[in-house]
Amino acid sequence: MSRDPSYRFVVLPQSLAGPAPGVPLPPESRRAAVRAVVRPAAPVALGMVPLGIAFGLLVLHNGLAWWWATVFSAVVYAGSLEFLLVAMVATAAPLAQVALTTVMVNGRHVFYALSFPLHRVTGRAARTYSTFALTDESYAMTAGPDGQRWSSTRILGLQVLLHLSWVAGATLGGLLGTALPLDALHGLDFALSALFIVLAIDAYRAQPDLRTAALALACALGALLVLPAQMLLVAYGAFTVVLLVRCGLARRGERGRAGTEVLRA
Amino acid sequence: MPEPAYVAAVVGVAAALTWGLRAAPFAVLGRMRDSVAVHHLSRHMPLGVMLILAAYTLRDIPTTTPMAALPIVAAVTVTVGLHLWRRNALVSILAGTAVHVALATALAGV
Repeated sequence: MSRDPSYRFVVLPQSLAGPAPGVPLPPESRRAAVRAVVRPAAPVALGMVPLGIAFGLLVLHNGLAWWWATVFSAVVYAGSLEFLLVAMVATAAPLAQVALTTVMVNGRHVFYALSFPLHRVTGRAARTYSTFALTDESYAMTAGPDGQRWSSTRILGLQVLLHLSWVAGATLGGLLGTALPLDALHGLDFALSALFIVLAIDAYRAQPDLRTAALALACALGALLVLPAQMLLVAYGAFTVVLLVRCGLARRGERGRAGTEVLRA
Repeated sequence: MPEPAYVAAVVGVAAALTWGLRAAPFAVLGRMRDSVAVHHLSRHMPLGVMLILAAYTLRDIPTTTPMAALPIVAAVTVTVGLHLWRRNALVSILAGTAVHVALATALAGV
C-alpha cells in the first residue's frame, strides 16, 4: 500500500490528527481520508455480512417478521447477544431473563474502556455513538497502539461502516429467507467463529506474543471447565487478572535487576 | 408470532443495558489510561479477547464421533491456513464458512 501515494499521505502523523474543527477538508484529502477509513475496515465489514445474513435467517426461523432483523441489528447492535435474544423471544422469555443474559454476555464490554481510544473522539453526539457502537470488532480494530493516534473521523468512520454492514447483512438475510428456502443450509453461524479467528491472527501480527495467546486459551478452557454457563465472563475476568499479575511481576523483576546493578556498581 | 410490543421491549432492554455496559466504564477507567498496568492490558487484551471469543463460539463442538467434529475442524483449519497464507480477512471468513456450511449440510442429510 506504500506504492499508493495518496494512501501514504493519509498515514502521515499530522493528517492522522484530523483537521481543525470547522475547517473543511480539500476534496483530494477528503477522498484520501475516506480511503484511509474504508481500506483497513472493508475486509472486516464485508466479513460481517455473511454473519448478518445468518442472523436474518435465524430471525425468520424463530417466527419473527424479516424487518425485526433490521431492528435488532441496528438498535441492539451486539452480534452474539442478538443470536441469543431471537432464540429467547421465540420461547417468550421474561424481560428479567433478557436483562440478565444481556449483562452476562455483554459484561465483557466493561473491559473495552481500558484501551478503546474514546479520548480521540470529539463531540458529545460522536462520543455517545462511539460508545454505543463499541462492538468486539470495532474494539479489535482500534485498541492496538496505532488506534491511540487515530483521528476522530477515522474511528467514527470505522464504527459507522461496521454498523452499516451488520444491518445490511441482517436485512439481506431476512429478505433472502422470505424469498428462498435457505433453511436447508446448516452451519452459517460459523462466520462468527471465522471472524474472531481472523481478528485474533491480525491481533497477533500487531502484537506477536505467544505467551499472551497461551494464557488466553488457558483462561478460556479453564472457564469452560469450571463454569460453562458463564464462560465468557469468567474467562475475561481470569485473563485480566493474569495480565495484571504478569505486568506486576515484570515491574518487580525490573526493579530487582536495577537494584542488583546498583549493588554491583 | 410473538407480540410486537413484547419484542420491542426485548430490544429496548437489551439495547439500553448493552449501551450502559459499553459507556459507563469510561467514566471510571478513562482516568487510568496513563497507568503502566492499563497500557499493558491495552497491548495484550486484543489478542486474548479475540481468542477467548473464538473459543466461546466453538465451545459446543460435537465430540460424540470424529465425523461430527469434522465440519468445525476442517473449517477452522481452512480459515487459519488461508489467513496465514493470504492475509485477506474476507477470503478467510468466506472460505471457512463455505467449508463449514457444505460439510454441515452434507452431514445433516446423513
